[in-house]
This record gives sequence, structure tokens and C-alpha cells, in this order.
Amino acid sequence: MTAMAPHQRITDALRRTTSAGRPALVAYITAGYPQKESFIPTLRAIAAEVDVVEVGVPFSDPMADGVTIQRASRAAIAAGVSLRWILAQLTEAAPFAAPVVLMGYLNPLLNMGYERLAAAAVPAGVCGFIVPDLPIEESGEFAAALSARGLAAIQLVTPTTPPERLATLCAASRGFVYAVTVAGVTGGSRELPAEVPAYLARVRAATRLPVCAGFGVRRADQVRALAPHADGVIVGSALVEHLEAGGDPVAFLRALRPRP
Amino acid sequence: MQSELIPAAERAGLLKRLLAGELPDDRGRFGPFGGRYAPETLMPALERLTAGVRRYLADPDFQAELGGELRDWVGRPTALSPAPGLGRRWGVTVFLKREDLAHTGAHKINNALGQALLARRLGAQRVIAETGAGQHGVATAAACARVGIPCVVYMGAVDVQRQAPNVERMVQLGARVVPVKSGDRTLRAAIDEAFRDWVSDPDGSYYLLGSAVGPHPYPLLVRELQAVIGREARAQCLARLGRLPDAVVACVGGGSNAIGLFHPLVGDAGVALIGVEAGGRSARLGDNAATLATGRPGVLHGTYSMLLQDPDGQVQETHSVSAGLDYPGVGPEHALLQAIGRVTYTSATDEEALDALRECCAAEGILPAIESAHAFAGARKWAAMNPGRTLLIGLSGRGDKDMPTLSQVFGGARQILAEAGE
Repeated sequence: MTAMAPHQRITDALRRTTSAGRPALVAYITAGYPQKESFIPTLRAIAAEVDVVEVGVPFSDPMADGVTIQRASRAAIAAGVSLRWILAQLTEAAPFAAPVVLMGYLNPLLNMGYERLAAAAVPAGVCGFIVPDLPIEESGEFAAALSARGLAAIQLVTPTTPPERLATLCAASRGFVYAVTVAGVTGGSRELPAEVPAYLARVRAATRLPVCAGFGVRRADQVRALAPHADGVIVGSALVEHLEAGGDPVAFLRALRPRP
Repeated sequence: MQSELIPAAERAGLLKRLLAGELPDDRGRFGPFGGRYAPETLMPALERLTAGVRRYLADPDFQAELGGELRDWVGRPTALSPAPGLGRRWGVTVFLKREDLAHTGAHKINNALGQALLARRLGAQRVIAETGAGQHGVATAAACARVGIPCVVYMGAVDVQRQAPNVERMVQLGARVVPVKSGDRTLRAAIDEAFRDWVSDPDGSYYLLGSAVGPHPYPLLVRELQAVIGREARAQCLARLGRLPDAVVACVGGGSNAIGLFHPLVGDAGVALIGVEAGGRSARLGDNAATLATGRPGVLHGTYSMLLQDPDGQVQETHSVSAGLDYPGVGPEHALLQAIGRVTYTSATDEEALDALRECCAAEGILPAIESAHAFAGARKWAAMNPGRTLLIGLSGRGDKDMPTLSQVFGGARQILAEAGE
């Protein structure tokens, strides 16, 4: 049996859950935060609970992130968390119960070199990347390096994305399509706008990949409200805040899942 | 290292394309530099802005409106002043391009006014801006008041403190000033925060970026609006001297006054162009803001250019006595001009800049901004190696805003009172 390509592992993990009649759950943590030494145990516990884990690579200038991830990124960098450190930790600890995706700004990735990064990602169990400041127009070399190793370049779409661009982004995405639910930075606490269902329906109509909705999701009622309109729901800042406060991530994530 | 960024065989071709007006290209590239590395939420807004830039910069109505306001409200053309005192001291002939005489006291107004007029044409309901030294914030506040659009200015908490007079000016001009307490609390954190605001309202807000940095089309737009400096200076030199100067010197942080002064002179092969960055306390990484001298290519704030970064690709904190040059990146057109060898970039330390500031005060009766003083320090070094020649210095702004820093460094009123036994 040939091994499944990393990007297919992501899609497969999300599909397995949705075909069981539950919305998939995707969890984001900033690598090495709040404690560097608890990175792998925390990741392992979360991976056993959710369908895909996003591991945040901290960057000094997170311009699409709200205060929580800004704070987490700054502390992680100060503690010595770097892309090299993250890949080394993951390589030592792989495999995990759920596919791992790295999410981070372009410069640290560019600085390592795309080929080197893609080569290092595979033994680390990394299945794909989300890069919020790399629009598709600039992503040619990066996407080629990932695709050569079966890694997913996961595209973000937003409520401001025009229809033609939405089609292009969906066609280019691998793993899943990341539907940003609100125009804004991560971690907002606003209610979900009324037009979200119609927006998510447009995204789902544009792709055969699972569509995961994120940005500003922090409560079980929001997950419940999004569940009928998306294949998966992404929770980030709220989980990071819970970890910061010393809480148990597994209990937090379980409470987010709608009960059958 | 710079010599490897663009192969020797490609440099002449890129210079030719730049002179032909083909750079940036449709993707916002200046050779390998530039581009548009922005969050997806902003992409439609950047497309709309690009279309607006193409339409209005070529529109005679818009140009007439802008030209009229530059004349009547900004006070252009700004003077070309001989600087005989400095000339005698340095053994050269010196001229100053007096952007310090422009309304609000610096070149920043050229860009702020142009973009505020553009924002109105594009139907913006509010304007967002960042500021370092506060000059761009003041210029934006003034331009928005003139044009009639509300504005919010993000300013690093460190800069709010060291440029307090400019904060007061912005408030008087009706802007809402938001101190930024995240990141390094200087210009770079203010830009991060301005982008975050824009991401939250990409349709109703216009981001009025203050330097020739950021995602396409900003480096193009800011250059076009600042090029009035170089066009005027070129014509004034020809009228006054019958020829162009041997060298033109400007300070470089993000690089908007320098690109405005240099761009119209890039094709004049006999004119040496010299950009002076902030050398800070020392040449050690983190002690200065000399991006072109010591940086490596990278992506920050939407553009691929030279960048001060650590071995892991984290952007470095910088130091400069001048808030306006305290920035770890630089405009992509400067990265190109360096890589093709058309402009020479040097640096001046805090001490050299402050020394040059005092010399300009004493010799010319002009108090330059600490930013501009870096250009004077660089010019003095060039003069020492080129006696008898003629040089033009871009005096980008006046130093009134620097009073808190200057009185801290030199004593000022406190010292006078102490000496008088008060």
C-alpha cells in the first residue's frame, strides 16, 4: 500500500469526522507557548482530541493577529522558539494522532528556504502550511516546493474575496479551504455576522475540499451555529488563552464540540 | 553581498527599465524586490487602490487639483538654498532642498496630501495612518482636515513620548492618536497596528501609508507623490547653476524623501546619489537601523526588500536617535538602486547626526530634523573626499519636533537655567 500524501491525510481526517455526522474541529496553538517544555505533551493531547492541529510559528510582526496571538508570539520568540526548533521537536516526537499543519508568516519560512523547509516538514509529520501574508500571486515557488513533497498549501478565503478569486483560491488549495469568517484579525469576540451562512455556502460551492471556518470562534454556541454551514471549525486564540490561564486543553476542546 | 542579489549582466537592463517607467511592473516588482505580501482580506482593497492610482495619477483633473493644493496650501515649490557657511567649512559648494519649509515642516505633506485627495476620490469614509517621528501623522492629520475625512493615527508608545510636540499638533488638527503598546512600540509596531485596523475595515477605510514601503502599489504611489522634490530640485539647479550637482545626498529610513529626490535624477549618470541610513549606537545588529548596509532580503509589511533580521528570520529591533529612521526595513526601490549600483548607501551614527545638526544650526541658521541631520553627516564625509565639488542635500524636515530629544542630549533650557544659577 502506498502511503497517503500528506495533503490527503488532512482532507481524509476532516472527511472521516464529517461522514460520522460531526463537524470537524481544528485547533491552533502557538508553538512553545505558554511553556516551551510543554509543547510536545500539549500538542499530543490536543492531537488526540481534534481532527487537525495548527502549530503556530511565532513571528515578530504578526499583522493579521489580535492581541492574544501577538502576546503568545512575542513570548515564544523570547523563550527561543524558532522554526528550526519547532521542526526538530516535531521530528523527534512524530507521529501524532492528527495531521499537523504549520501556520506562520512568510519571512521565517523564506529565510529557511522553501526546499529545505519542505524537506524538513515531511519527517516532522507536517502535512501542510497556512501562510496568512502569502497571497496566491506570490506563492508560486512556495507552492511548487510543497507540492513536490505532497504537502498542502492551504489557501485562506475571506468575506471580501470576489467570486472569480474565490474560484482560483479554492482550485489552488490542498488539504482544506480556510474560510475566514470575519474581516479582521484573529481572536475577536464579536458575534458571527448574519451573512456568514451565505458566505460559507459560496465557499463550499466553489470547492470539493472540506471548508473550515475560523477567526473569532471561542464558544460552543458559535461552533454549533457554524457546524451546519462548514465541514470544520477552527479555534485558536480562545484555546491559547485557556492554555495561558493554565487550563486543561482537552476539557476545553471537548466542551466546544456539539453533543450528539 | 549586495553584488550577488542581481547578476551583473542584468543590472544595466533593470536601470533601463526603471528609466523607461516600467518599474514597478504589474506585479509591483522592482526587479526581484517589491511585490504584494498582504493578508487575503486586503487583496481586493489593494487591487482597487492600484486601479485608483493608475487612473488618477494620469488624470489631468486630479493632477490639477493636486498641483493647485501643493502650490497654495503646501507652499511649493520649496526653496533651493545655498549653504555658504557649510560650503566654507567643508571646502565644497552646498545647496539645500528645503522640504523643511513645506507646510507642516517636512516632505511628508507631499504624500499625505496626494493620498488624502486620492482617498476622497475613492470614496473613503475614514483614513488610517501610522507615524514614527510624528511628521507623517501631522501631515496626514492636516491633509485630512483640509480634504474633510476623519483620521486615526497609530503611533508607537515610545515615539509618543519622544515626539510629544507632534502628538499635540495631531490632536489640534483633529486626528485621533492611538499609542501602540505592542511589539517594539515604535514605527514598525505602529505599521503592524495600522494594517490590523485596515484588515478590520478594508472597504470603508483608506490606509494612508507614509513611506515608500508596504505592498504594491504603495512604493509606486509614494514615489510618484514625492518625486516633486527631485523634479523641482533638478529644475532649480539647472536654472541657478546651469548644471546639475556632482552629488545628491538624502537620509533613508523607509526612504520616501530619498526616493522622491533621487528618482528624477537616476537617469543623470554624472550625478552621484548617496543615501544615508541611521548608524545608531554601533554597527552591531540591533544597535542601528542601517538596513541596506547590514540587512538581508526578506518580507516585512507586505514587501520583499532588504530587512534587518536575525538568523531565524525574526525582524530585529532597531535603534536610532531619530524616530523617523528607526525602521528595520526599507523601500524596495532603494533595494534595487543599491543592487544595480546606481545609489551608494552609507550610514551616520547618532553622534555624527547630532554633531551635523549643530553644525547646520551654527553655519546656516537652520535647525534640521535629526533625520535630515543624517544626510548632512553623510554629505560632510563625501565633501571631505571631493573638495571643490558641488553637492545638494535633501533637507527633509525641520527640527522643531526634536526639542525633547535635543534638550535631553544637550541640556538646552535646563542647562541655561543651571548656568544662570536658577
